[in-house]
Amino acid sequence: MEEFIQQLTNGLAVGGIYALVALGYTMVYGVLKLINFAHGDLFTIGAYLGLTVLTALGLKEHLGPVAGIGVLVIFVMGLVAIIGALLERVAYKPLRHAPRLSAVVSALGASIFFQNAVMLVYGARFQVYPHDLLPKVVVNLFGLEIPLLRIALFVSSLVLMAGLYLFIHKTKIGTAIRAAAIDQGAARLMGINVDRVILLVFCIGPALGGAAGLMVGLYYGQINFTMGWVYGLKAFTAAILGGIGNIPGAMLGGLLLGVIEALGAAYLSIAWKDAFAFGVLILILIVRPTGILGERVAEKV
Amino acid sequence: MNRLLPWGLTLLLAISPVVLDTYWTDVLNNVGLYAVLALSLNVILGLAGLFHMGHAAFYAVGAYTTAILNTVYGIPVLWTMPLAGLLAGLFAALVARPIIHLRGDYLLIVTIGMVEIVRIALINNIFGITGGANGIFGISRPILFEFKLTKPIHFFYLIWAVVGISAVLFRCLEHSRFGRALRYIKEDETAAAGSGIDVAHHKLLAFTIGAVWAGMTGTLFAAKMTIISPESFTFWESVLLFTIVILGGAGNILGVLLGAFLLIGLPELFRDFAQYRLLVFGAAMVAMMIFRGGGLLPPQPPRYPQAKVSLEERP
Repeated sequence: MEEFIQQLTNGLAVGGIYALVALGYTMVYGVLKLINFAHGDLFTIGAYLGLTVLTALGLKEHLGPVAGIGVLVIFVMGLVAIIGALLERVAYKPLRHAPRLSAVVSALGASIFFQNAVMLVYGARFQVYPHDLLPKVVVNLFGLEIPLLRIALFVSSLVLMAGLYLFIHKTKIGTAIRAAAIDQGAARLMGINVDRVILLVFCIGPALGGAAGLMVGLYYGQINFTMGWVYGLKAFTAAILGGIGNIPGAMLGGLLLGVIEALGAAYLSIAWKDAFAFGVLILILIVRPTGILGERVAEKV
Repeated sequence: MNRLLPWGLTLLLAISPVVLDTYWTDVLNNVGLYAVLALSLNVILGLAGLFHMGHAAFYAVGAYTTAILNTVYGIPVLWTMPLAGLLAGLFAALVARPIIHLRGDYLLIVTIGMVEIVRIALINNIFGITGGANGIFGISRPILFEFKLTKPIHFFYLIWAVVGISAVLFRCLEHSRFGRALRYIKEDETAAAGSGIDVAHHKLLAFTIGAVWAGMTGTLFAAKMTIISPESFTFWESVLLFTIVILGGAGNILGVLLGAFLLIGLPELFRDFAQYRLLVFGAAMVAMMIFRGGGLLPPQPPRYPQAKVSLEERP
């Protein structure tokens, strides 16, 4: 039982990270119907920028661990948002009316570009986050010892998701994003600047992805320039699992996938860990292509 | 001039291994292997318009079939080719059956999942016969008409003969009834179905044909390398093939061949800048799509001879 709870909480923490990355995929897919293959690499960039900002500014020394990491998160989210917006302007905007395949290939190209840019700047070896960043506190919860970091990660991913949910559903800009996702033409007729909405989506999605990258750095302690693609693919699986284009779906799908993976690795086989996610992906697409919460029927002409 | 150019290029290619050193001959061998693979992917991606990014999986099935049959049962390498193709085709038919109806991007992502699962399965030594992460080594050299192929120059003629045969066969396929049906499906699936084309059946067949060919290329790869491991069949391999077809010109055989030369051969010229190669490669992909979305040599719309039947002649 204890093993089960440990794996469950671990799965939820990792699932929170998947969910944050999945939000970026699902929002972009919502408005552009495009799989942003470069999203996973924006996540990697977030992890690396986090490390750079952390060491360069000495945030922990000046502000203490909690406030330091708070500032760090805001820094990283802002920087990655700018990169995301640039990506949209350079690689996707000129292809708005091109065939779908062109945008997909452009996204792949951007992904390769980012991955190698990170490698050239930081080197191909694993980079290590400072160990003493956060005190290693273990919380005693109902007689179970759970690392504080795990809980903090889970809670902060929930906070970010809740913030996004409120933004999308309670503000005027959020309404515009939803409108553009449903029908771009109609949204334009209602006076919504769809181009600006798309740009905004390309800021929010990468910002969340960048925050997730930072979390991975803090949680596992080491990062690599290729990690974006595995996390990206899994997050995309999470987005499909919940129903692509559906924001609560991405959150649910991410948490679910994290738990499935953690339990699968613990009870079935660790060597096949990565295969579970893809197995789930294929299964869901065969059985229920709309995902758990998806309402939009996949065009199966 | 335009008629002589292909023959001139073919001749140039045919004498090139005599002039070039072993290293460059080997580069041309790789170009040839990728050319055959890209031609087989072209049936799926270029003709039928199916976003398939897991072609390395079929290639892997073929290569492993050859490797296992050769190292365990001692069957001569080239004899395993038909079975390698057959198994890859069977695998493709089985996997593609439930996913073939998926629309564009969904199919793309499922095929990526498939190629990853195959790679993980190979690493985990599935059925205890794939040798795990180390792969399989000691595959014997192929023997063709009692001649043992050992040097790159020997493989050059074998591989490029296969490229030639494949190009001719795929050209016939393109202009057959089946090829026209695929093109129709790519242009307008609903209209194709309305004209009586069994869309799912045709797509599945295109998938299977492409996979059979990729499987047989796997045999060539195993024979050339004598060692195969899961690392040769990663997702990036699939991306590379996908890119060759798209950048060269999806649906155009010459375009696909050009793509193979550019994407496999050209980077070798810039070996000194090895670490910047992929960076430029990625940027070039973006730029290509923005400025020349149809690829370098987009397919020309096919022209069919007018039927010479006047109204009076009809009974």
